[in-house]
Amino acid sequence: MCSRTLKDGLWSNNPIALQILGICSALAVTNRLENSLVMGAALVFVTTLSNLFVSILRKATPHRIRMMAEVAIIATFVIVFDQLLKAFYWDMSKALGPYVALIITNCIVMGRAEAFALQNPPVLSALDGMANGLGYAFILAVIGFFRELIGSGSVFGRQVLLSQWYTPNQIMILAPGAFFALGFLIALFNTLRGRQPQELKP
Amino acid sequence: MSELSPLVLILAAIFTNNILLSNFLGMCSFLACSRQLETAVGLGAAVTFVMTCTTAINYLIYHNLLVPSRLEHLTFVVFIAVIAAFVQFVEMFIDRFSPRLYHALGIFLPLITVNCAILGVSLFMVIRKYTFAQSAAFGLGAGAGWALAIVLMAGLRQKMNYSNVPAPFQGVAITMVVTGVMALAFMGFAGMVTIQ
Repeated sequence: MCSRTLKDGLWSNNPIALQILGICSALAVTNRLENSLVMGAALVFVTTLSNLFVSILRKATPHRIRMMAEVAIIATFVIVFDQLLKAFYWDMSKALGPYVALIITNCIVMGRAEAFALQNPPVLSALDGMANGLGYAFILAVIGFFRELIGSGSVFGRQVLLSQWYTPNQIMILAPGAFFALGFLIALFNTLRGRQPQELKP
Repeated sequence: MSELSPLVLILAAIFTNNILLSNFLGMCSFLACSRQLETAVGLGAAVTFVMTCTTAINYLIYHNLLVPSRLEHLTFVVFIAVIAAFVQFVEMFIDRFSPRLYHALGIFLPLITVNCAILGVSLFMVIRKYTFAQSAAFGLGAGAGWALAIVLMAGLRQKMNYSNVPAPFQGVAITMVVTGVMALAFMGFAGMVTIQ
């Protein structure tokens, strides 16, 4: 049960590549690898803890106001992470801008609370949240790595492709590059899994 | 920052700093509701309206309530609560006074609460220190820009039904790549006005 939960979130039901959730931030912060990793960490933190607490409180929450309760729990942890970032990594907080706050409306967090934490015991829910957060972080790291490598010829801000023979392809760190990178990544996932992509549900 | 006139800000938010194509906000409903032109137009109109109003309301609450009482760390919760309450209110209002409009827009209204572009615009308004007029203009422009992008996309996707897309790209992947091309086209506007 535990290992299946973990595998689902990380790979076989990956939130970004297969469920197409939470892609706003996946596109916005991936122009550098470092930003992508911090954003991934933020989502692991928020989904794990919000799933844990939604699950602990699931019997005490009246069904009709559960959405509001979920949003309040999620917003609390987002604020905690935002304040931590502001206190210890001011530059990073500046670079991520409003996208940390936008984790509140990130469909992954809300989706996991609705679909998993409301029906399952706390520990398993926390694990599910962590797996989905890690699945998100993994995709962000992959996109961030390639966009930084192709767009500025560097990894973690250190030059790896020498400027004598490599001209950075600026388009990859600008907006269109993000769309191309994610589009090709989703196509790659579809090829690897060898199945017809399902149609989108609103 | 503060010298930009509201009119310029509207144009900038539509073309040079399109909320969807350069800030990637509102992608979820953009992907899910861009299959048909009528749906796209309805959702675009609803988003524009809600965005203009919530940005103005959030401005008043932030500067008259949160800042004087030094509660800025509660910004996120307050903004999302205002947006949810406003959408609910609009839904009831339209239902009461214009049932026809309710049937046309009704199904989109709940979707708007979770549209991250709405919250995003309110957050940008705080970060960029807009005045009241600028905030309302920015909300209007960003909403119109989002509506423009989703309507264009719906047109493209209707054409795409007749084209031969490689199997792995079918569905979301090709939509992403096409959006990328659209973002590329919108980059042609860059340089007319600069806001950050």
